[in-house]
Amino acid sequence: MSKFNKKKSGDLPAISTASLPDIVFMLLFFFMVVTVLRDSNLLVMQRLPKGDQVEKLQKDRSVFIYAGKPGPGYEKYGKEAKIQIGDKYTDITNIRFALEELRRKLRPELQDKIMIALKVDEETNTGVITDIKQELREQNLLKLIYITTPGNQLDNN
Amino acid sequence: MARRATPEVNAGSMADIAFLLLIFFLVTTTIEKDKGIARQLPPPIEQEQDVIIKQKNLFIVNVNKSDQLLVEEELMDLKDLRQAAIDFLDNGGAPQGSPEYCNYCKGKRSPESSDNPLKAVISVQNDRLTSYKMYIAVQNELVAAYNFLRNREAERLYGWKFTEKKKAIDEGDITGSAADDIQKKLEAVQELIPLKLSEAEPKKSGS
Repeated sequence: MSKFNKKKSGDLPAISTASLPDIVFMLLFFFMVVTVLRDSNLLVMQRLPKGDQVEKLQKDRSVFIYAGKPGPGYEKYGKEAKIQIGDKYTDITNIRFALEELRRKLRPELQDKIMIALKVDEETNTGVITDIKQELREQNLLKLIYITTPGNQLDNN
Repeated sequence: MARRATPEVNAGSMADIAFLLLIFFLVTTTIEKDKGIARQLPPPIEQEQDVIIKQKNLFIVNVNKSDQLLVEEELMDLKDLRQAAIDFLDNGGAPQGSPEYCNYCKGKRSPESSDNPLKAVISVQNDRLTSYKMYIAVQNELVAAYNFLRNREAERLYGWKFTEKKKAIDEGDITGSAADDIQKKLEAVQELIPLKLSEAEPKKSGS
């Protein structure tokens, strides 16, 4: 009968940590998949205005235009609002070339459904935006989305 | 008997390596959550065409360079703009029996305001020096007014909220024939309450 009592020893067995790497790897893969390494370095201030009547941005068919004052570290470029496309400042007249370059990087079947995402600092003047929009109209890039942060301007005015 | 047991590789440090990688990715992760107000620009036209819109069907929102709102010639706070826009769009001023009569409007039916939501146009005029923050706030409130009415109509006709179903479709939660069906209904609601937001060319600063 002593057969059945063999394993019974008084002290607690150590908790096995053999599955710890598996758990950590699982977390690791999750974060690896959701990580997007920033592809363009921001040269302008980006405090986005708030909005709550929003739609989701379809990333696979969007091209970003950033605008705002030169950001931290780039003060030498002055205090006037600047436009950034890709990773460099762009003049208003060069927008069409910069956009065309980015458009070619999209998947071919989505190039016609291109959407322009405007990420503009909240302290920019509307004049700059109007100039951009005028230029986009001439280029026949008519779909556009103003990127906002969640919230409502009314709450903290 | 040369068969010797291969020494087991110590896997104890595996967790440490994995942790190191994990922490790296944790720190560099920015989960993208870009959302915004979508807008369709009018196509470029060579010749400016003057379209005559009756004064009563036009709701003029003027924003000056110090971010003040002038709505229909009256100073207004941003928080009142949404309701004012709803009242204007939902007015339904065309008399009963006329072809323009709006049978789903619940407004005051004042003859001085818009005939029906199909005719009503909201025109936003900005100064070049208006801040972008204010511009987006105004756009947000006006879109909110349209969404409010669309939700109301969708609930009356189909029993669900317009914005919720639109979001579900955009995010791909509904697929197949159900999506097509809902897409048709969404378009029907959009036809009842079309988004007619016009943006005038901004005036030079100071005027």
